[in-house]
Amino acid sequence: MPVTTAQPTVNPELVVHFVRSVQTVLSTMVGVQTRIGAPHLKTQPVPSYDVSGIIGFSGGVVGSMVVSFQTATAVKLVARFAGAEMAPDTADFADAIGELANMIAGNAKKDLGAIASITVPSVIIGAGHHIARLADVPCVVIPCQTEVGDFAVEVSIKQLPAAK
Amino acid sequence: MKLLLVDDSRTMRNIQKNILKTLGEVAFTEAGDGMEALTCIAANPAGFDMILVDWNMPNMDGLTLVTKIRQKDKRTPLVMVTTEAEKVRVIEAIKAGVNNYVIKPFTPDTLLEKFKQTMDKAQAPAAVA
Repeated sequence: MPVTTAQPTVNPELVVHFVRSVQTVLSTMVGVQTRIGAPHLKTQPVPSYDVSGIIGFSGGVVGSMVVSFQTATAVKLVARFAGAEMAPDTADFADAIGELANMIAGNAKKDLGAIASITVPSVIIGAGHHIARLADVPCVVIPCQTEVGDFAVEVSIKQLPAAK
Repeated sequence: MKLLLVDDSRTMRNIQKNILKTLGEVAFTEAGDGMEALTCIAANPAGFDMILVDWNMPNMDGLTLVTKIRQKDKRTPLVMVTTEAEKVRVIEAIKAGVNNYVIKPFTPDTLLEKFKQTMDKAQAPAAVA
């Protein structure tokens, strides 16, 4: 008798929280509307684009969220967010990307139904960088389109059973 | 008016400055974490009219900072400006001694409204029993 193993699937509830968060953060803080593409599971560790803001989750939820931008998109979004143009090799540019990631993760966290903490952001800039994630947690890619370019939110988190 | 802005993101401090300077003449002091904020407070014995504090910061987080400030200073209005939006977090911050709470992301109007609310309350004469 053949043995079948359950394939990971996209958790729609999880996706909804992050979709809502990214749309709220970008419209409120950047003045940009975000259209969402079809979420899908990520099978390779390479991020979608060249500029990544990373937030870790711990506590009742563990894992990470990555917001990954095309460089040109990131430059335009940061200019609107911070009110000033910044070169992608500056500390201020990384700071702005980190703060956007922080707000997207934090805003989604409140709807996850568990008490969790988020880390301060880390930012990686450069083509082809790899981000290691928890091996047993599938990564969902949420493609995002705006008038200034595309980016993706990559969510790889799992909820832990509540402590008794 | 003297304000201390405590947030590990310079971008966020600049956004807050741009919004709050519309209120008039404001002297801003900035700190990137709780430790830096305590140094700023010690270096300004005349105090600040208000302190805006982020929650998640390296070295010393905002909740610890609020607790430390309130051990010595019960009067300076403290506003938490953070992505931490769960009810349990808000209660935790209020118990630690914050006067108001702003959830990121915020609009300029929200920040200004909470700021004015907090300032008005702090300046109101104490109710007579």
